[in-house]
Parts: sequence; C-alpha cells; structure tokens
Amino acid sequence: MTKVLTDARSIRIKGRSFLAVVLSPDLPFDDWLARLDDLAARSAGFFLGRPVVLDVTDLPIDRAQLKELLAEFSQRNVSIMGIEGARPSILGQGMPPALKGGRPVSDEAVAKEPVIELQNNPADSKSAVVESRQPLQSIIIREPVRSGQSVIFPEGDVTVIGSVASGAEVIAGGSVHIYGTLRGRAMAGSVGNASARIFCRKMEAELLAIDGIYKMAEDMAPSLRGKPVQLWLEGDTIMAETLI
Amino acid sequence: MGKVIVVTSGKGGVGKTTSSAALGAALAHKGDRVVIVDFDVGLRNLDLVMGAERRVVYDLVNVIQGEAKLSQALIRDKRLETLFLLPASQTRDKDALTPEGVETVITELKRVFDWVICDSPAGIERGATLAMRHADIAVVVTNPEVSSVRDSDRIIGLLDAKTAKAERGERIEKHLLLTRYDSNRAERGDMLKVDDVLEILSIPLIGIIPESMDVLRASNIGAPVTLADARSAPAMAYFDAARRLAGEVLPITIPGEKRGIFGKIFGRKAA
Ligand SMILES: Nc1ncnc2c1ncn2[C@@H]1O[C@H](COP(=O)(O)OP(=O)(O)OP(=O)(O)O)[C@@H](O)[C@H]1O
Ligand SMILES: [Mg+2]
Repeated sequence: MTKVLTDARSIRIKGRSFLAVVLSPDLPFDDWLARLDDLAARSAGFFLGRPVVLDVTDLPIDRAQLKELLAEFSQRNVSIMGIEGARPSILGQGMPPALKGGRPVSDEAVAKEPVIELQNNPADSKSAVVESRQPLQSIIIREPVRSGQSVIFPEGDVTVIGSVASGAEVIAGGSVHIYGTLRGRAMAGSVGNASARIFCRKMEAELLAIDGIYKMAEDMAPSLRGKPVQLWLEGDTIMAETLI
Repeated sequence: MGKVIVVTSGKGGVGKTTSSAALGAALAHKGDRVVIVDFDVGLRNLDLVMGAERRVVYDLVNVIQGEAKLSQALIRDKRLETLFLLPASQTRDKDALTPEGVETVITELKRVFDWVICDSPAGIERGATLAMRHADIAVVVTNPEVSSVRDSDRIIGLLDAKTAKAERGERIEKHLLLTRYDSNRAERGDMLKVDDVLEILSIPLIGIIPESMDVLRASNIGAPVTLADARSAPAMAYFDAARRLAGEVLPITIPGEKRGIFGKIFGRKAA
C-alpha cells in the first residue's frame, strides 16, 4: 500500500527578496579592512542586521586567505550570508554558502527597460525595444523620515517632503530628493545606476552613496554644510555643488 | 468620551513621570476629571511623585489579570478630588501587561474620565508601545540634547506606525514638551537651541519647562510641582502647557530670555 499523508495541510513556501549589501574587497585586505572600519565607525549601525554578500570574483586568493577574511568580518560582527564569485576550490567547511545568480538588480532592470538616458534622447530610443519600456517608478513620502526608519525603493526615485533624521535612511534605485534637511543616510542608484543623483534642501548628511560609492560627512567640503546641495557621480568620485 | 494622552520619550530620565503628574494635576485643578496611569511596571514611581505610595493596594496588573476591580485600584488624590492615580505593580515583570487587558482598562477609564494620562516607561519596546497604543494625543518629552532628541524622533516614528489610531489610518496628535531647559547652559551654548530641536522634530511645541530645584522639592514632599508651588517657574510652565493641551492658544516664552536686546547681544558675543 502506498503511504498516505494524513495531514492535508500543505506547507507554505513564500518567496521574498531582500536588498543585500555587496562587499567587494580588494587586495591588500589590510588596507581594504581599514577603509571598511572607517566607514563602519562613521556610519554607526550601517551593517547591523543587514544581509551582506561577499563578492570575491577575480580575487587571486586561496582558501586560507578567504578564511582569514571571513574571520575579520565576524570579529566586526558583520555576518556574511553568502559568497559570490568564489572558485569551488577555495570554499571550505563552515563557510557561508556560495551564491549564484545573484545578479545585481540593475541587470534585470536594464534588460527590461532601456536605461534612463532614453528620456533625454528620444531619437535613440526608437532603436531600443520601446514597447517593453515601463515608466520609471517613483514614490513620494509626505512626512519626515524619523530616526530608525528606512525607506527602501529599488524600483526608482524617492522624494521626501520633509527631513530625513539622523539615524534614518533613504535608499533608492534611482535618485533621492529631500525637500527638507538630510541628516541621515541617503543612497541613490542603490541597485546599480551611476546616473542617479541626490538632492536636498539642506545638507547635514551622515552618509551619502551613489551606485555603491560612499562619501561621509567629514569628506565633504564644509562650505556645503547646511546648504541646498546636489550630488552626482563622475567616474568613481562623488561630486557635489550647492543649488541656488 | 475622555481623551487619552501618552507621555513618552524614548530616553529615560527626561521628565515623563514629573510631567504626567504636573499636567494631570493642572488639568484636574480646573475641574476636569483626570486619571494618571503608571505603565512603568516593575519600576513604579508615579505613586511616589504623587505622594500616594502608602495607599497602593491594587495596581494595573491586578486589574488586567482580574484580581481587582478598576474602582478598587484607583486612588483618589488627597488634595484634588477630581485627580486619580492607577498605580503600576512593583513586583510583576513587564510581560504581565497584555494588549487586550490594556485595551479593556483604557476603554473603561475613557468612559469615566475627561483625561486618561498614560505615563510611559522609557525605551521603545513593549512597555512603551503598550502605553501609546490607545492614545489620541502624545506628549513627547524631550531634553535639549542630542540623544534625547534622537530618541524622541524614533518615538514619533512609532507613534505614527504602532498606535491603534495610526493603524486605522488616522493621525495621532503630537506635541513637544521641552523639559529641564537650563538657560545658563543654553547661553553657554552647551545645549541644543529650541529652534534646532523644533526643526529636527517638526511637531508643535506645547511648553518649555525650566530646570529647577522646585521640581526636586515637590517630589520630596510627594506632590506634583503644579500643586506643591503653583507659582514656581516650572509649575507655571506646566499650567500653560496644560491649557495648550486643552486647546488654548498661548504664546510660548523661552525661560531666561526675558532680558532686553542689550543682554541678548552680549550673550551672543560671549557664546
Ligand atoms: N524641570 C526639572 N528640573 C529639575 N529636575 C527635574 C526636572 N524634570 C525632572 N527632573 C528630575 O529628573 C529626574 C527624572 O525625572 P522623571 O522621573 O520625571 O523622568 P522619567 O522620564 O519619568 O524617567 P524614567 O524614564 O526613568 O521613567 C527626577 O529626579 C526629577 O526630579
Ligand atoms: Mg518615569
């Protein structure tokens, strides 16, 4: 006789996606870790409770070196949920699992909808798959973002009518617009978009990032403090200027 | 139906209990029926500030667990006959409060009293969220310093997310009460400025309570400062705040800034 399951209840399986932070160290690790410590020290709690993926693609390291690196992370209470781009030979027992297919969300987005510049170049867009292009999304937050709150919107732009508190964060796949004082953290182009920008009416930010490039408050020209400012990316450098 | 006020702050020791007692007494002073509920289970304090510690028989937890009737647990103030206290338990732990129990008690109190004032414990965990749960109005108590302001900001975020009103899509009325304001320290520049606090928290101000020995003196004799010495500076500031809570519009003065323009210029230069 075949065995019959007596319990008719099925198991619920749900999919869920999280926005993970991807760390891509470079050699020598000592220097890179020093920079990581610097970033972590100045952006209190940034890595706390956030899924972190370690990307070791093209890094010429062996298993011992990877193990050492992982130990450095656990010392810093950064828990790595997976490793990307590792040759199977360097992965060992007790290490986080290898992750595959974790393309940056931008790959998908770009595949579906040809890049944002299209809006400025209507002539070019004819050659692209116009019919599959979806309008870029945006959300508007009509109140201040309070300390401890996060607004995460990988699909497009975030506009806040109000201030972003110290200890609060706004993470957008597109640009970030703050019609108030930016005291917390703002990350634009968070899923890979170098043309995203950050705008705010009054600059007091703790941390800024565009397309994964970070800038801390101390790295900013004092002349920008308290001013209306826009930030954008030129190569690997975040540029900033006051808005009149 | 009465209005439910939560007195909350995030950070500890900023003056929630002092303010709950002072505002409650000020509202009762003009004849409103007021009950102050101590939500700080395990650390009860309000009965001391109100001078009722020897009269506590039953407490909030007893009522919630069905061991006492609400009328048995309520303590009437010896000085004001419209002022009541519902004490917290000193022996139980925080988990003794259940959301359903709290709801039942608050609903019952709202029927009898004009004002139900909930003195919240510090923190942003269960105790604080239970205290704010059924509030119509929040008094956010803040000291003019960075960590207190940041915690208040977090609490405001919770008020807009975790209260029954917020979950029904309504907005809870929020007011800022700046306490322990020290004009000497403000002059020296080692305290946040009132304008800066207001700009960061962006909720309306209902009062600035000066740092004062009168508060300590009042708590030593077991009386809300508004009853101990109604003409002291903190008491007057609390009386005005209570009137603003009840809907009156009054100008707010910053303690210690009554000097003329000359003094101001001098102060700025020295800073
Ligand atoms: N305006 C004031 N001037 C001087 N002292 C004050 C003032 N307000 C409060 N205090 C003192 O500060 C201390 C803490 O006040 P209180 O107990 O009201 O704070 P709380 O926010 O209820 O604290 P907790 O978070 O522990 O419940 C007490 O000793 C009180 O007397
Ligand atoms: Mg207290």
